[in-house]
Amino acid sequence: MKVTLKVWRQKNANTPGGFKTYSSPDLNENMSFLEMLDVVNEELANKGEEPIAFDHDCREGICGTCSLVIDGKPHGPHQGVATCQTYMRSFKNGDEIVIEPFRAKAFPLIKDLVVDRAAFDRIQHAGGFISVRTGAAPDANSIPVPKENADLAMDAAQCIGCGACVAACKNASAMLFVAAKVSHLGLMPQGQPERYKRVKAMVDQMDAEGFGGCTVTGSCEAVCPKEISLDFIARMNRDYGVALLKGEPKAMEGGGVG
Amino acid sequence: MATLNSNIPAGPLASKWEKHKFSTKLINPANKRKYKIIVVGAGLAGASASATLAELGYEVHNFVFHDSPRRAHSVAAQGGINAAKNYQNDGDSVHRLFYDTIKGGDFRAREANVHRLAEVSVNIIDQCAAQGVPFAREYGGLLDNRSFGGAQVSRTFYARGQTGQQLLLGAYSALNKMIGAGGVKSYTHAEMLDLVVVDGHAKGIIVRNLQTGEITRHSGDAVVLATGGYGNVYNLSTYARGSNVTASWRAYKRGACFGNPCYTQIHPTCIPVSGDYQSKLTLMSESLRNDGRVWVPKRKEDCKKRPQDIAEEDRDYYLERMYSAFGNLAPRDIASRAAKTVCDEGRGIGETGLGVYLDFSAAINRLGEAKVRERYGNLFAMYHEITNESAYQTPMRIYPAVHYTMGGLWVDYNLMSNVPGLFVLGEANFSDHGANRLGASALMQGLSDGYFVLPATISGYLATQNPGKRPAADAAAFKEAEENVQTLTKRLLGNKGKRTPDSFHKELGKLMWEYCGMARNKAGLEKGIKAIGELREEFWKNVSVLGEAGEWNQSLERAGRIADFIELGELMCRDALMREESCGGHFREEYQYTPDDPETKQGLVNPGDVKRRDDQFAFVSAWEYAGAPDKAPILNKEPLVYEEVHMSTRSYK
Repeated sequence: MKVTLKVWRQKNANTPGGFKTYSSPDLNENMSFLEMLDVVNEELANKGEEPIAFDHDCREGICGTCSLVIDGKPHGPHQGVATCQTYMRSFKNGDEIVIEPFRAKAFPLIKDLVVDRAAFDRIQHAGGFISVRTGAAPDANSIPVPKENADLAMDAAQCIGCGACVAACKNASAMLFVAAKVSHLGLMPQGQPERYKRVKAMVDQMDAEGFGGCTVTGSCEAVCPKEISLDFIARMNRDYGVALLKGEPKAMEGGGVG
Repeated sequence: MATLNSNIPAGPLASKWEKHKFSTKLINPANKRKYKIIVVGAGLAGASASATLAELGYEVHNFVFHDSPRRAHSVAAQGGINAAKNYQNDGDSVHRLFYDTIKGGDFRAREANVHRLAEVSVNIIDQCAAQGVPFAREYGGLLDNRSFGGAQVSRTFYARGQTGQQLLLGAYSALNKMIGAGGVKSYTHAEMLDLVVVDGHAKGIIVRNLQTGEITRHSGDAVVLATGGYGNVYNLSTYARGSNVTASWRAYKRGACFGNPCYTQIHPTCIPVSGDYQSKLTLMSESLRNDGRVWVPKRKEDCKKRPQDIAEEDRDYYLERMYSAFGNLAPRDIASRAAKTVCDEGRGIGETGLGVYLDFSAAINRLGEAKVRERYGNLFAMYHEITNESAYQTPMRIYPAVHYTMGGLWVDYNLMSNVPGLFVLGEANFSDHGANRLGASALMQGLSDGYFVLPATISGYLATQNPGKRPAADAAAFKEAEENVQTLTKRLLGNKGKRTPDSFHKELGKLMWEYCGMARNKAGLEKGIKAIGELREEFWKNVSVLGEAGEWNQSLERAGRIADFIELGELMCRDALMREESCGGHFREEYQYTPDDPETKQGLVNPGDVKRRDDQFAFVSAWEYAGAPDKAPILNKEPLVYEEVHMSTRSYK
């Protein structure tokens, strides 16, 4: 099979970009989408043309590095998979395929199809953890966790931090991502002491990064490669509301005794 | 010759670690903040070490080439993590985990390190549970376990099919906490391209910012490499495409010895290769062998039939037949080699004949489809995604693929290399898995090194260093190292040849798989060394790297990594050639059990099993760079002394 690619090329954030059209060489339908790009890039390089820059790493749907918008949909035509798990058998001979980067104000473009998602890291620096010092942990079975809670926490924890939710959202909102992180920790008994402080800190950082608000259209859930449920957004909103009602804890005066 | 002192503490095995921790010098809390530690890598080992060192009060600078620490390839581990908790009351203990790991490594690992690993394993699970890692649980709320290869107890903790990601997110969250608190400065898209050695001590690194191409110098009181394994030397492997040997290799070229480079793990259950365009191989978790049965047809003529048309009595469940005690849970090296053997006999399945079946029909009949779906649903979905086949209806097709490297930079008991001040953790070092790693022990080792071992041992070195006298980044050695990096970059970009970097990687991968893969022999390895040497020359004559130095340039990144892989490939072949024995994943065809050997007659092994030669090869090979890629490296040997364990013939029958 052969396809035509309309690919976003942009030298860097300061140079305007545009679409360029490429014809693929002969492809095998069992190739992954990224392998198809490898083959196209080898051909470009052999012609002395600079290859298309795109992000990828594990190529098995878990690292969250790959990040293409394929025909208008982050991670391509299928539900519940990342770009790297999309195969050419999902396209037809002669198809024209449009490939764009994940676009959002909070994800500045680096080159071609590669964007900078460091904003996600900064949200987690603000509160995406349970404060436990190495060595200070009690025996792992000393706190039983109901299986349903552990399973639900796991559903949220599956998030691979790819940012497709942001790319799909018309407001470029990061609510599904942040909700997944907040819910994973908030559902575990170990996460209770910092539950409300955490949600407040993370949501504040999310806003500071320039992500948009949530208008519950559900496009994030529809493209999420791990099919993270919109329910977690509701859960986060509830926790956030409680956090606002509780307010900031009173500042402690003075030092310790002794 | 390098000086190798393993620094294994004296005294009984079970008390070495406790004693060593007590006798290691400490740094007082007020002084810790004066020390600056550079950590490269943020997988399980790098992230856990960075977080823990910062908690202790050291100033930590963490570097990753990824856009985020969370992308490190630890994220991809599926199956689980071992710990000697004995929560199942099935007879597990620290000693049993230690023994299984030593035996699994075919008596080529360091005894004291492995015992420490088993001791620390229990603390890891506690730590991770406290961080909120959503491990699988039983209905009563307690932690669930499953079995992995090479063990007859259930000691593997897991989080669905993505234990690696969950443990990494735990370590990453600890790292985030310390980044947020200001204890760790995190550099992302930052690739280490050289090690700076001042007066024989590791005192800094040279880093390229992948977004801007800017080269910077960083000085520290110690440098920690946690940069993973080098399986991508084979091009096709289960590694992430970005995984590379560059940090380790550049340290090797600065004097750090490379230990046991030929010890490679070929994992038995991966999705077979389907075509030339392929960029990676996908692993199907070893946990599947808890319920899946491995077989091929008894007769060659049946190989092209549909599996459901092959009658039960015409199937050869070869692992159950050959290794009745462990059956489908035989260790990885054994299961892989057995798959190769049956395929070499012409009984392989699938289009290429390089495949065997992993069949779940018995499990589905016994447990019901729902239970199987609960245990392995995401793995079955992944398999379906790649192959378009449903493993609920038809057996999976699997074949061995490169998955892990047991070799790595040589370290002593303190995880310090022979270059003082250079520490190496996780898969990047060589020490704990011997010649074969058992399933679910890579995660254990990465976290053990990072959370518990390095933070306890590094103070012993730091106490000998004066942080006030740390060399500044404008010292001559930094200038020289930066120039070295700049020269290499210019050479790559200015080469203007005709071949892409990737074409060299593919060619190298084929040579490595052919001559230094699952079965090796003298003639092949000699051929491999010659061919790789020629490939290195061809690379520098004919590679073409497009783009510029001062921008995002993936061709440049890859070209530098591939140049290192080519040199490493040659070293691996040399190591495999030198090691005239078979052990674990290193199979030299000349050294295998025959039907006439007494061990075979006693029923301990099968003909064709690996045959060690303890009288001559019970040592760690630690290779030292000789100053130029075309000069033969120098072999140093660290004898393996077993104080407590008897080096026996490994039997899984």
